[in-house]
Amino acid sequence: MSTDSRLDTSKVATSNRTDAATASKPGPGASLATWADDRLGLATAMKKNLRKVFPDHWSFMLGEIALWSFVVLLLTGVFLTLWFNPSMGHVTYEGSYDQLRGIGMSESMASTLNISFDVRGGLLMRQMHHWAAMIFIASMMVHLLRVAFTGAYRKPRELNWVIGCILLLLGTLEGFTGYSLPDDLLSGTGVRAADGFLKATPVAGTYMSFLLFGGEFPGESIIPRLYIVHVLLIPGILLALIAAHMLLLVYHKHTQWPGPGRTEQNVVGYPMLPVYAAKAGGFFFMVFGVIALMGGLMSINPVWKFGPYDPTKVTAGSQPDWYMGWPDGLLRIMPSHMETVLFGYTISWNVLIPILLVPPLMLTVLILLPFLEGWVTGDKRDHHLLQRPRNAPTRTAVMVALMTFYGLAWAAGGNDIIAIKLHASINQITYFMRVAIFLGPLLAFWITRRWCISLQRHDNEKLLHGYETGIITRSPEGQYAERHLPINPKAAYTLTARDRDEVFTGAGDTDAAGVAAPNSRSERLRARLSRWMYSHNVQKPTAAELEEAHHHAEHEAELTAGLDHPVDGHQFDDHRLRDTDDVPLRDH
Amino acid sequence: MNDDNRPMNAPDGTPLPHGQNEPSEAGSPDSHVPAHRQAEPIADPGLPEHTWRPTDIDPLAEKRAERQVAAMFVAAMISAVLFVVAYFTLEVGDNWDTFAGMGASTMALGVTLGVSLLLIGIGIIHLARKLMADVEIVEMRHAAASPPEDREATVQALNDGLDEAGIGRRPLVRNTMLGAVGVLGLPAVVLLRDLAPGDELDIDKLAHTIWEPGMRLVRDVVGTPILASEVEMGDLINAAPEALFPTEENGYEELHGAQLQVDKAKGAIIIVRMNPDDIVPAKGREKWTVDGIICYSKICTHVGCPISLYERTTHHVLCPCHQSTFDLADHAKVVFGPAARPLPQLPLAVDDEGYLVAQSDFTEPIGASYWEREKQ
Repeated sequence: MSTDSRLDTSKVATSNRTDAATASKPGPGASLATWADDRLGLATAMKKNLRKVFPDHWSFMLGEIALWSFVVLLLTGVFLTLWFNPSMGHVTYEGSYDQLRGIGMSESMASTLNISFDVRGGLLMRQMHHWAAMIFIASMMVHLLRVAFTGAYRKPRELNWVIGCILLLLGTLEGFTGYSLPDDLLSGTGVRAADGFLKATPVAGTYMSFLLFGGEFPGESIIPRLYIVHVLLIPGILLALIAAHMLLLVYHKHTQWPGPGRTEQNVVGYPMLPVYAAKAGGFFFMVFGVIALMGGLMSINPVWKFGPYDPTKVTAGSQPDWYMGWPDGLLRIMPSHMETVLFGYTISWNVLIPILLVPPLMLTVLILLPFLEGWVTGDKRDHHLLQRPRNAPTRTAVMVALMTFYGLAWAAGGNDIIAIKLHASINQITYFMRVAIFLGPLLAFWITRRWCISLQRHDNEKLLHGYETGIITRSPEGQYAERHLPINPKAAYTLTARDRDEVFTGAGDTDAAGVAAPNSRSERLRARLSRWMYSHNVQKPTAAELEEAHHHAEHEAELTAGLDHPVDGHQFDDHRLRDTDDVPLRDH
Repeated sequence: MNDDNRPMNAPDGTPLPHGQNEPSEAGSPDSHVPAHRQAEPIADPGLPEHTWRPTDIDPLAEKRAERQVAAMFVAAMISAVLFVVAYFTLEVGDNWDTFAGMGASTMALGVTLGVSLLLIGIGIIHLARKLMADVEIVEMRHAAASPPEDREATVQALNDGLDEAGIGRRPLVRNTMLGAVGVLGLPAVVLLRDLAPGDELDIDKLAHTIWEPGMRLVRDVVGTPILASEVEMGDLINAAPEALFPTEENGYEELHGAQLQVDKAKGAIIIVRMNPDDIVPAKGREKWTVDGIICYSKICTHVGCPISLYERTTHHVLCPCHQSTFDLADHAKVVFGPAARPLPQLPLAVDDEGYLVAQSDFTEPIGASYWEREKQ
């Protein structure tokens, strides 16, 4: 169905051909392809997919960063396993690092020091591995935000959203198991806190702790067990889910931004072979390269400075890696004395709520977002065009509220650092956070929604009255007015290329056959939610409104007649009225 | 697809057709053009005309881009060779902080590897942007759902299969089969029992530590016993049970491996001396202190971090993990932070030689709370 074969490619650089590279006699490549196809029959699938179209936008690159950093994690991780010894057996360190020589520690700590100081490139790989992990999780989060803010999670992509959320959870667990492996003082403290979390689990918690640690904390089993989870179990599931994520992406075809010629029915972009493959492949090298530079130039997790784990010691400023920071922050701002003894059994709300209840609840809310939205809107259509965040004010505001909650909880996880840096009282910061964690998201929701609606109004202004030129004209009567010029037709079309929102009313609603829908309780709730979600939104102008506005503009133009050339100062900006004879300029 | 609640369906309420997509004509009353798209205020102007890049029309620009790409690839090769040179010439080991806290080797390897990879990446992307055809092409989308006839065939096949299996007609077979597979969960769970082998799975152990009557308190690093008279006013001493530092003199048995770590993890204490008048006497603990010397478990009752930061003027001690704060003068009650319970107190006495000893083990489990805590 692609139209490329009809295009005039005579001007394309001679080094690059668009016709098939078949020589007059089949070359070795062609005969290899024939050999493979005789056995695998790949040509049928390849026929469609080799030139599969991928739309281009900077924000589509975020998930790619996550994918490529995962590949870097696999490569560097395999390197590290060649020397790392996941054992809690006790040894005396005799390696190159002076300050710890002669000190007793576990074999995992000693082998980590060995990788850092006695294996060439070892420290580089360790640091690359840790940086790549941070980039992996950060880029997954930003990718998730992009998908949510643009409504890309709507039908038919809800399940890929669910897979993505699970990938984020698994990535976080993978990070935790990974940074616990060196058995240094900082990670050991984290493992002990994790033991506290397990023990706070009602009914089975104590047994779970004993089973995980092979007895009482710390035991001698936890590092080898975390190791196999870290190098086999979670990466295996991650790989499988990433494959599923990619396959669904290919099956659904990527979403695209609306624009001239870009509709719900098509996808416009570069073909996989050659441009997209080259860009994505080149981008892999760039991600890899940036991580290598970070690994070589930026110190991370210097376990030798923390020393080996000793259950009686701790350092000030003990903190988990940043992505574990937000539950830690919730843990910190819990009020004192939150513990109940019921029939002789202890329920530790101070751990239960921030660690065992809220994070799973947040993940559930995140996973359910597309389903909740789909239910409220009653929208069963496929969506392939992205929405600008402003055009879904309630969704955008919900996401910003969730982000605010996350951000405040995360900041609370650094309350000691904030106190030191700002010379503030840690108690005051904690009291503030206890209130802000509730008020902040509400405030953020309200501001964001109003902001989005204002932006929608602004878009309509531009459509109806054009853009402000900054040119003040004076009419013969002495009236001053700012001259507005219409925005270019492509931009105007793009602004209007969005759906009108429809509030689901419930009462009196009839289905396709004209039968009144059952007005059940859930329907009423749905109607209320739909009103809450949509009724404040600003809809795009109708054709009649546009007509009327343009008519008005023409009338105004008559008043300032004589300006048949672009207004001074606006010859080169993108909004000027272009001459049709102009050489078309590139948009990007 | 056949849901009654779809106010925003195609006007005739029919499901959208599958698998057959024509290029959309804006405004066409096609049933699979979503309803709202039919009354667009502005018609779709269509894809913009293709424009040519300088490298498409100017042979000089094309040659220049070619040279740029090739230069990047050559530089990448050089950088990779430099990586090998750095690997063999720069030492690791003692020289771990040559530049800015980093070893020369790590830094050189990272920079050469990074530069080489970046140049390959930038070169390929430059090649794609400047020299590969930049014609955007259009592909039509297909509904994610299968065509209706495929669905029907699948449902038919499924029903035929289930019918032939006859499982639905034989509930006895079905239920016992499901039961048999379900009961297999038991072996799977039971197999995990020996994750904590034998008597390791004895949660009563949490209620006891290595402390016993008469055991001396020793300094935690060197293991020397502490004379009551040596403890200065306002001092906080990190201490440990003497049994962790066995000598011929004290006669304790050498501890190894996991047991040593467990006893260390639970036995850690802090000792402070304050003005005896400052101490708020807790009921039943009047005789647990020695001349204002008071001893608590070092393990936070929140999630088990060792606490460490002591403020002598207020007698407060702070856990660095989650900032739980305990008032050591007032039976270590929680004054701030998420902890729920005071730190357990170790009853102190002095032996014949004037050294601090424990009167007994802790009278309650130390460290983080757990379900059965109050039962022990």
